[in-house]
Amino acid sequence: MKKQTEIEGKERIGVYVCHCGTNIAGIVDVEDVAAWAEKELGDRGVVITRDYKFMCSSLGQELIEKDIKEQGLTRVVVAACSPHLHEATFRKACENAGLNRYLCELVSIREQVSWVHTDKVAATAKAKAVVAGGVERVIHHEPLEALHVPIHPATMVVGGGIAGIQAAIEIADAGFPVYLVEREPSIGGHMAQFDKTFPTLDCAACILTPKMVTAGTHPNIKIFSYSEVTNVDGYVGNFTVTIRKKARYVNEELCTGCGICQEKCPAKVIDDIYEAGLGYRKGAYIPFPQAVPKFPVIDKANCVFFERGTCKACQKFCPTNAIDFDQEDEYVTVEVGNIILATGYDLFDPRQISQYGYGRLANVFTSMEFERLSNAAGPTNGEIVLRDGVTKPTSVGIIHCVGSRDRNYNNYCSVICCMQSLKFAHLVHERTGATVYNFYIDMRTAYKEYDEFYQRVLEEGTLFVRGKVAEVTDAARLSIEEGKLIIQVEDTLAGVQRRIPVDMVVLSAAMIPRHDAHDVAHLFGISCSANGWFIEKHPKLDPVATMTEGIFIAGCVQGPKDIPSSVAQGAAASARVLGRIQQGEIALEPVRATVDQSICSGCRICNNLCPFNAILFHEDRMVSEINAALCQGCGTCIAACPAGAITGTGFSNEQIFAQIEGLMRVNFQHEKMTELA
Amino acid sequence: MSTNGKPKFAMYWAASCGGCEIAVLNTGEKILDVDANFEVVFWPVAMDAKYKDVEAMPDGSILLTLFNGGIRNQENEEIAHLLRRKSQILVAFGSCACEGCIPGLANLSSTEQIFKAVYDSVTSENAQNYRPQFHTTMPEGDIHIPKFYPVLRTLDQVVDVDYYLPGCPPESHQIAAVIDLVIQVLNGQASLPLKGAVIGAGQSTVCDDCPRQRNVKTIKAFRRIHEVEELDPELCLLEQGIPCNGPATRNGCGALCPKAGAQCIGCYGPANGVVDYGARLISAFASVIDSNDPEEIEQILDQIPDPAGQFYRFNLAGSLLRAGKPAWKQ
Repeated sequence: MKKQTEIEGKERIGVYVCHCGTNIAGIVDVEDVAAWAEKELGDRGVVITRDYKFMCSSLGQELIEKDIKEQGLTRVVVAACSPHLHEATFRKACENAGLNRYLCELVSIREQVSWVHTDKVAATAKAKAVVAGGVERVIHHEPLEALHVPIHPATMVVGGGIAGIQAAIEIADAGFPVYLVEREPSIGGHMAQFDKTFPTLDCAACILTPKMVTAGTHPNIKIFSYSEVTNVDGYVGNFTVTIRKKARYVNEELCTGCGICQEKCPAKVIDDIYEAGLGYRKGAYIPFPQAVPKFPVIDKANCVFFERGTCKACQKFCPTNAIDFDQEDEYVTVEVGNIILATGYDLFDPRQISQYGYGRLANVFTSMEFERLSNAAGPTNGEIVLRDGVTKPTSVGIIHCVGSRDRNYNNYCSVICCMQSLKFAHLVHERTGATVYNFYIDMRTAYKEYDEFYQRVLEEGTLFVRGKVAEVTDAARLSIEEGKLIIQVEDTLAGVQRRIPVDMVVLSAAMIPRHDAHDVAHLFGISCSANGWFIEKHPKLDPVATMTEGIFIAGCVQGPKDIPSSVAQGAAASARVLGRIQQGEIALEPVRATVDQSICSGCRICNNLCPFNAILFHEDRMVSEINAALCQGCGTCIAACPAGAITGTGFSNEQIFAQIEGLMRVNFQHEKMTELA
Repeated sequence: MSTNGKPKFAMYWAASCGGCEIAVLNTGEKILDVDANFEVVFWPVAMDAKYKDVEAMPDGSILLTLFNGGIRNQENEEIAHLLRRKSQILVAFGSCACEGCIPGLANLSSTEQIFKAVYDSVTSENAQNYRPQFHTTMPEGDIHIPKFYPVLRTLDQVVDVDYYLPGCPPESHQIAAVIDLVIQVLNGQASLPLKGAVIGAGQSTVCDDCPRQRNVKTIKAFRRIHEVEELDPELCLLEQGIPCNGPATRNGCGALCPKAGAQCIGCYGPANGVVDYGARLISAFASVIDSNDPEEIEQILDQIPDPAGQFYRFNLAGSLLRAGKPAWKQ
């Protein structure tokens, strides 16, 4: 209905076409593109065009800077790689020459042209179109200023596993305050449950607990255990986080952690979490002796007093009168500048693979159960025994990839299972002398000293069968199978079906995202992959940042990984946060959505769409507004606004339609048109 | 043709239903102001006139032409060009001229499909299977009827348009206000809006005029009005699952339909910031569907029985795509 208004006063535009060595020039005739732009786009304000071997080199950048100064360019279009890679480079070059950095447009003729086409003529035509689109678009660009916000020096680390602990200690050691929030009564995470760690076989507790103690006693770390984050407001540098401290019915100020309440508590409960269901804990309990903090928790659901109204044994015997049955959940609000999410993983429940018999056949164990069995501080004091608690197995089968690399469950590899299974094989061998079989699809023992460990376990005499186990059954066919678990497997190296009777089966279960990963992602305004792992900003070059400024991720929350990688990520995330804190303030990209209040009629369609909770609604004026500091410029609300009242800086209707018009300037008359479509 | 010194006024209908003319007459006594201030030189529905009379007028001699209807055939196009030449101010009057409206929905079909619907449907008696012949040679000579175009175009897709007055039809009070404005301009008491402006309508959306309570929206099911047992008279219709087009539709009608308990169907056309009305609405509705399950989403979307009618009832010819494949392919 409306005609586009013509731009008043011509811009002086420079177009720079990059060869990228042969990356672009191998498919696109870059000289032709530059010559065409000079000739055909002159009427749109293009005054100079150049092609250059590597525009991103300092010589290439200097070329642009020189032209801006000498030719008085007011706009710059660089046809090169994806803006993800070098947009910042060329913007900086413009800025160096005194041109506002947002008057530069990078169009991709590599990822979107040369790398995806094989026909040179068609690719060159498409490159011209893309350049013309960029020229039309850049005319509508406006000079913008980055938004500067201060960074609060405190950091929140969510999740007290090894990744979170590492991150917290690094930041605290640098002299900045950290709030470490842990859902369970103690920090430590999964690693606290393990006995030995591969490939060095050092004791998990021996290397973890010093770190836990450091975190627990560090003057810069405040631990919120048995707590969860319930609300996150604000934006990078200025988050306001609400933490729910669940009532533990113990006054932390008075408690000395003596453990008398645990000793006197009459309620005995199966410990599903720490002992993986193999052991018991009390109603009032400290999850494990080295727990940090040392304070016990009274488990309301299993407390005799809360159930029947009488007991209070713990209260009677507590020497410091620290038991408080009237305690209620407490909500604490803290201000932080950055947040590191290290919320870890859950273990795949092998009951889902019913043919493996877990939950049905007593002597089928999960990997976590085996960790507890083999742990000297575990329910059997490290004795590897069958479910009856006494019988030592004479043969053990360890099945890899249970729920991993399986299109019925999870396509991905859980990374740690091969090494973990080798560790199990070693421990069984060492402690029972039993015959051990490992059933694997592929052995994956990358990284330092991992394969050496594999060799060692091979030499110890563990038997390896390559093939995916079909079934674990107790239905014996032969007398030697009587009373055993029979593993039915296709040995793909020998090309035969095997039935292997064993006493004990251990399932190396997959690592899966936390059951509430999507909720947590939503709470913190970040994204999950389809599997449920949190998505990093760049899989290679920015592995601990997220698309949301100020939110970082570390450890298994980003995907399955081993302890060294989790520690490395924890440290990496803390390095990113420390960098931010040291800067004192952060410049935010001014690519933001704004609501034209005169057009908005408050239909509220956008109100709950923002992944960053940046939209607020003014009930009195019936209009929606976007908080510029919270907005990340994702465009969700812009697409949703039915009235077209929301515009994105740099992505206005004018800019996008102008770009389309530009693309249309090139008349594609080529037999390979279908390829381009 | 008389020349009484008054500025000249014309009104024309092209591919439209006639509702716009009725809306003008519905302004009541206001129509007398038109007569008092203008000399009506051409208005086929109200007075006898010949195209050749208009052709004989000097270019630019008509001050104001209200043009309603889309450009469906050769005659529509010729008159659009003629009136453009003769008029100082050409107003696209009503939804058909502005954005194509109901006749524009035929842009989803090929000419043959349209003719089949018109000449071969159960309501037609056409045993001889007659079809319009644009050229016929008779003993008396060649006879022509205007060529039928494959797609209907809006007025501004054919000629330059000064102002747009939307609505199907435009509300009489809005027409009256525009007439008042033009008379004030004539008397030097007001100035004309910027060329290309939308007149006789609001600058935001129907929601702005709708008294219903609006909350954060989540939609589990789309329902048609007759499927709803009890409609909450106070609550936003869209929140009740009624696909109301109000959020994307320009205001000006006073939210008549939502006030009466019926969803807005979008007759006032796209709101100010909206480029493609249907696309806007589709993405808006899709944004508030309360499900993450692709199958459930599919099933919720299927509850909109006629997407083209829902999202493009008035705007297909004026949309970015303008027409469906069968029409373009001819």
